[in-house]
Amino acid sequence: MLYFSPLKAAAILLTALLVCLCAVPNFLSERTFQKLPRFAQRQIVLGLDLQGGSHILLEVDSAAVKKEKLQNLLDDVRRTLREARIPYTGLAVRGDQVEVRASANQQQALSKLRELSQPLGGLLSATGQRSLEINEGGGGLIQLRITEAALTERIRQAVEQSIQIVDRRVNELGTVEPSIQRQGVDRILVQVPGLQDPTRLKEILGKTAKLTFRLVDVTGSLEEAMAGRPPPDSEVVYGTAKEGKHPYLIKKQIMVSGEDLTDAQPGFDQRTSEPIVSFRFNTNGARRFAQVTQENVGRPFAIVLDNEVISAPVIREPILGGSGQISGGFTVEQANDLAILLRAGALPAPLTIIEERTVGPGLGQDSIAKGKIASYVGSVLVVVFMFVTYGVFGLFANVAVAVNVAMIFGILSLLNATLTLPGIAGIVLTVGIAVDSNVLIYERIREEVRHGRTPITAIDAGFTRALATILDSNITTFIAAAVLFFIGTGPVRGFAVTLGIGIVTTVFTAFTLTRLIVAYWVRLWRPRFVPI
Amino acid sequence: MLYLLIAVVLAVAAVLCALVVLGVIPHLRLVPDDTRFDFMRFRRISFPISALLSMLAIFLYFYHGLNFGIDFIGGTLIEVQAKSGAADLAKMRATLNGLGLGEVQLQQFGAAADVLIRVSQQPGGEGAQQAAVAKVRQALGDEVDYRRVEVVGPRVSTELLAYGTIGLMLAIVSILIYLWFRFEWQFALGAMIANVHDLVLTIGFMSVTQIDFDLTSIAALLTILGYSLNDTVVIYDRIREMLRRFKRMSMPELLNISVNSTLSRSIITHVTVTLALLALLLFGGQAIHSFTATMMFGVVLVGTYTSVFIASPILIYLGVGTSRLATAEPEGDTKTKPAKAST
Repeated sequence: MLYFSPLKAAAILLTALLVCLCAVPNFLSERTFQKLPRFAQRQIVLGLDLQGGSHILLEVDSAAVKKEKLQNLLDDVRRTLREARIPYTGLAVRGDQVEVRASANQQQALSKLRELSQPLGGLLSATGQRSLEINEGGGGLIQLRITEAALTERIRQAVEQSIQIVDRRVNELGTVEPSIQRQGVDRILVQVPGLQDPTRLKEILGKTAKLTFRLVDVTGSLEEAMAGRPPPDSEVVYGTAKEGKHPYLIKKQIMVSGEDLTDAQPGFDQRTSEPIVSFRFNTNGARRFAQVTQENVGRPFAIVLDNEVISAPVIREPILGGSGQISGGFTVEQANDLAILLRAGALPAPLTIIEERTVGPGLGQDSIAKGKIASYVGSVLVVVFMFVTYGVFGLFANVAVAVNVAMIFGILSLLNATLTLPGIAGIVLTVGIAVDSNVLIYERIREEVRHGRTPITAIDAGFTRALATILDSNITTFIAAAVLFFIGTGPVRGFAVTLGIGIVTTVFTAFTLTRLIVAYWVRLWRPRFVPI
Repeated sequence: MLYLLIAVVLAVAAVLCALVVLGVIPHLRLVPDDTRFDFMRFRRISFPISALLSMLAIFLYFYHGLNFGIDFIGGTLIEVQAKSGAADLAKMRATLNGLGLGEVQLQQFGAAADVLIRVSQQPGGEGAQQAAVAKVRQALGDEVDYRRVEVVGPRVSTELLAYGTIGLMLAIVSILIYLWFRFEWQFALGAMIANVHDLVLTIGFMSVTQIDFDLTSIAALLTILGYSLNDTVVIYDRIREMLRRFKRMSMPELLNISVNSTLSRSIITHVTVTLALLALLLFGGQAIHSFTATMMFGVVLVGTYTSVFIASPILIYLGVGTSRLATAEPEGDTKTKPAKAST
């Protein structure tokens, strides 16, 4: 137990030294850190609870995705049957399927509608799954159901798209190092370090930003429509709250939508110096906008954002240049935000904020300061206690514990791990566990000495027996840490990480470093009794 | 005040070290070498007491309840600091209760300027919670700094509670399986009973003190589980070793020797853990206060007691060592083969 070949001793010391060295980048100034080679630029990241910032968990509204998908299917069915000139009745969404009756020629309708069902996953996929499940019933009834696989696929796409759009929006806000990650099936975690008041961020994330340019229906009656009898191809849309929620009768058909925008910038109207957003269409959008405005000079059109009419100007002359501006009594900030939203694009489905945790910078600094004091005091108490109890062996233990903590910081840096407040608590507790491993060894040595063994055999037997116990007890604690890591989120996970790493380094130091120190001490002093 | 305390601690520490170095005081021995305490006799007292306390804890859990934080029941938690120095709690309470947000709790949190505001979960789903925060922010205006804002919606809170419970169960089961492989099944069962006992008592403690029960409490419970097992495993390891060495010793005697010979280690280790926890409790600040308080109770008070007074004697009832006596070998097994260690 006490013999180490020089090679093994060198390997142990080198490993400990290397891991400890990994902690060094944390203590360098920003400029020195930047000078390090790329592979060495690894630092512990402070969690949002320590450095302050906002943590926002968003959920993609999968019900809305499903509803939209059903609505699209309904439109497809209508178009298909009309094009094939098949008479139908009772086309509607019922529950989670679309139903239609084609009593006269059901089979013809069926074969046409089957063309709507696409194989999933592109042409190359061999799963054989299709996007629709089509059933026929009596009396010409046809039921179309979107398959579970198709729906999951659509939600996955929607989440992917949403992440990209959220990413663009958050980055446009000019925040520092935001992190946007997918979490679970339909969730997006946005973390913005240093953000104190997330009100604006939340406003920007909470908007779908679906922009459409549509004509105002001037032939239909607004009163009739508001009484619940709108013309078939028009609907009632209300204006913004600022305008007093004025109702408009607006055509359902979309002239141009936000997808056709290539750029949007905030600015000021040259005449009224009111804040505006100027935009530019792509070629396709510009052509269609030019065509519609040419045909409808003198009539009003509406700019609709998220089912709210922002403004409904009258077309004075054809707009041929492919650019325009939106004015809606904005404040400067609103114009700014709208431009950001239009540039980033519309979300495929609304996002709901289901969790928010914001820590101000003051609290984070306080926590770090308090964590530091607690760690120092705790360490001093433990170090002194060990020394008082075990004398020179206590000193060895303290060296081992110090190396242990340095190694934890080294590994945390290597992993670019996040240090949270419970994480600091985990480190302090590791000090306790690390000390325990030494206590186990020393108590065992004391016992062996009491049984009348010579110093060297006592030390040897003490290590041999204690190490088996140390391994057993640490594995059990490690299991608890592992479970915490897998089920925990945020701060709790940080705790699990430091505890788990701490257990690994503890076992390492107990099995190698402490033993090595004691072995060298025995070799140098040739003790006649064990001063323990 | 804080620095004075630190200075005193350091001074005492320095004096102690100096005394040890000079050889004036010998090394500290918290447990005398020849301790032969009859722990097993106490099982007739400790078992009924533990059973009673466990039942009390379960009763408290159901009839007094835990002070669930927003992590598990949803709602909003806002920590503010008054800019003027001291917070006017009464005025703030009046303002916030006038918002029509249901129950709004205010609580002094540490210093006089710090106030913790709790708004219960708003009916109307996820969006309603956000609206509530906006209202509070508007009502309090610029008089305060927002140090922390946490909003947990109904869906997330349900999941967090489920994950927390599943996590605890999973941890217990996986540890049990590990112990079953390393020891005999009786040890695994004994350790599990001891652990569940620890968790139940800790939950009882949390119910009595009405400490915030949030995500970090789950972390605390899991750590208590790990530590208490750590302690139990150390004693079990010794018991296993003794079982191999002394084939004819009576079970209570064998257990007594095992517990006594690991007693010094148990106490020294717990003193160090207590010292570390004490530092966290006194200087770690409010944010981890409930975490450390729970740990203190679970690890220091219950964990130690359990491994000595519950986990060890229960092995007698679970029938450890009964088969051993039947196939008894002659006493005095001198070839004390040490447990095999790696390397």
